[in-house]
Amino acid sequence: MIPDRGLTNTVLYLDGVSKTFDGFRAINNLALTLEHGEMRAIIGPNGAGKTTMMDIITGKTKPDEGDVYFDGTTDLTTLDEASIANLGIGRKFQKPTVFESHTVADNIRLALKDERGPWSALFGARNRIAPERIEHILEIVRLIDHHERLAADLSHGQKQWLEIGMLLAQDPKLLLVDEPVAGMTDAETADTARLLREIARDHSVVVVEHDMAFVRDLDCKVTVLHEGSVLAEGTIDAVSSNERVIEVYLGR
Amino acid sequence: MSGAGTNSMGRRPLLLSLIDGKGWIFLAVVAAAAVLVPLLNLAVPEGSAFHVPTYVVALLGKYLCYALLALALDLVWGYCGILSLGHGAFFALGGYAMGMYLMRQIGPRGVYANPLLPDFMVFLNWKELPWYWHGFDSFPFAALMVLLVPGLLALVFGWLAFRSRVTGVYLSIMTQAMTFALLLAFFRNDMGFGGNNGLTDFKDILGFNVQAQTTRCALFVATAIALVLGYLVARYMVTSTYGKVLVAIRDAESRTRFLGYRVETYKVVAFVVSAMMAGVAGALYVPQVGIINPSEFSPANSIEAVIWVAVGGRGTLVGAALGAVLVNFGKTYLTGALPEIWLFALGLLFVVVTLFLPKGIVGLLTQKRQQRQEISPRDESLAAEAGIGEAGAVEGGKA
Repeated sequence: MIPDRGLTNTVLYLDGVSKTFDGFRAINNLALTLEHGEMRAIIGPNGAGKTTMMDIITGKTKPDEGDVYFDGTTDLTTLDEASIANLGIGRKFQKPTVFESHTVADNIRLALKDERGPWSALFGARNRIAPERIEHILEIVRLIDHHERLAADLSHGQKQWLEIGMLLAQDPKLLLVDEPVAGMTDAETADTARLLREIARDHSVVVVEHDMAFVRDLDCKVTVLHEGSVLAEGTIDAVSSNERVIEVYLGR
Repeated sequence: MSGAGTNSMGRRPLLLSLIDGKGWIFLAVVAAAAVLVPLLNLAVPEGSAFHVPTYVVALLGKYLCYALLALALDLVWGYCGILSLGHGAFFALGGYAMGMYLMRQIGPRGVYANPLLPDFMVFLNWKELPWYWHGFDSFPFAALMVLLVPGLLALVFGWLAFRSRVTGVYLSIMTQAMTFALLLAFFRNDMGFGGNNGLTDFKDILGFNVQAQTTRCALFVATAIALVLGYLVARYMVTSTYGKVLVAIRDAESRTRFLGYRVETYKVVAFVVSAMMAGVAGALYVPQVGIINPSEFSPANSIEAVIWVAVGGRGTLVGAALGAVLVNFGKTYLTGALPEIWLFALGLLFVVVTLFLPKGIVGLLTQKRQQRQEISPRDESLAAEAGIGEAGAVEGGKA
């Protein structure tokens, strides 16, 4: 099924998506659209389906039913992780996942947008990546002074930033960022919000987060997920005064 | 601070950027052995204390074959996390390809003096040569098969396993099953590979008597050259960006996928190259030991190879080769002196290495050197400059 013409200006389009794991409905008739250049925060209690939704968008999990379109025309449900990543969808994991036995610079080097095949990595362009490209990214995420350190030796917050840097290096159209400030200090959290707002100027971004102060800082539209579908959508003020949201998520 | 890419490849001449300190030591030792061993065998008279007997030349040649097998295994296990418990299969297939060539060289000099068929086929009352034996009278053809047969098996096996994302213990068990299946198949007489007895009674290789002292020395040198070439190929692979992707796959496979890398292709390439290296090792092994039979496929052989790599240090290449030579030296000594304790000693060695030397001998030496470097003043100032200060800064951690 091809979505109607009006939706071709969306960067991400999910409709009627469901996914069941052993009888547990992780995603239930979920509909969500994201416009080009938009930043969206997704909140919701544990088990609301946030990570499963990310898994479906990035090809890790196939939905039982429903449409998932990227850029209005590309059906993501038929593609694998590598193809989807190469289309321009980058993902940051909930637990910071960097290549621990590589240096910070090499982490960025591997993420940089370029040919991805083994041939290129053995003999070709992949071996001739200009150091300036790596430095540029490391400056944005403020890890330039750490470029020769092993990623394993970074602090938790620095790893989160390195992973965001790897995401930027991929130069994706859409960034999916899962809990970027988990385990960060208040100052780091504020810095991360600033960084994401900067990134959102020329990328579409989806941020999953629990930290309400951080979500407020992001200053964008908020979608509340509950039991695998959308409970509410709107500004942070609108959703945080929504009765049902208060009931299931924010708590009384 | 200098640029982020100062340690990237392509700035220095290829060979220099390829080989690190321990690599040079390794190359020097292998080169010295390649010169000295034949020299001390051929030029020094037998009575002299410096004379190396011919049987020792063949024994050392065997160790070098094992070193090449270990190197091949380290490429996939140490760098890509593929714990193959079936690499002996690729080694044996390369060995059989060479064995078939050597069988064809016997010609009419066999016990049955049949000019067309090897002895075991005459014995089984076969009338003509099976189709897959054709071509093996030519050395270039056999040499090609030494690479192609293990490579093709690795390609098919790897493609099926890695595409289905079989990893970890499951993959190890499958590789083990693969070599066991081949063991059973090669035991069968009707497979046409000599069954239980395998292939033996070799006479000539490239026109030279395989038993002759000079041929033994030439085979030893050829093995040393193959080991050096294998090291250079593996080293080129692991120092290129390809190698960095392999390590990335080893440490965080799904992260690598989400970066857009086709993990299965990377794994298949490494697996095939590794299988070919193992095949070459097997091919050089057979003329030096004079026999190839199905026991080379036995799962225990493959597991032993894993122990060599673990002892020497996985993910170091040089360590794998060192481990193979040391453990086999120990095996030769112990099976001679106290044959009943060898297997216990091997098991104990594996346990000790796993518990106390997770990075093997080479890993331990590297660690010791780094600890010394860390307290040197130059590194202290560097660490302070980068605002690190604590001992976590391992400069050039995985050199």
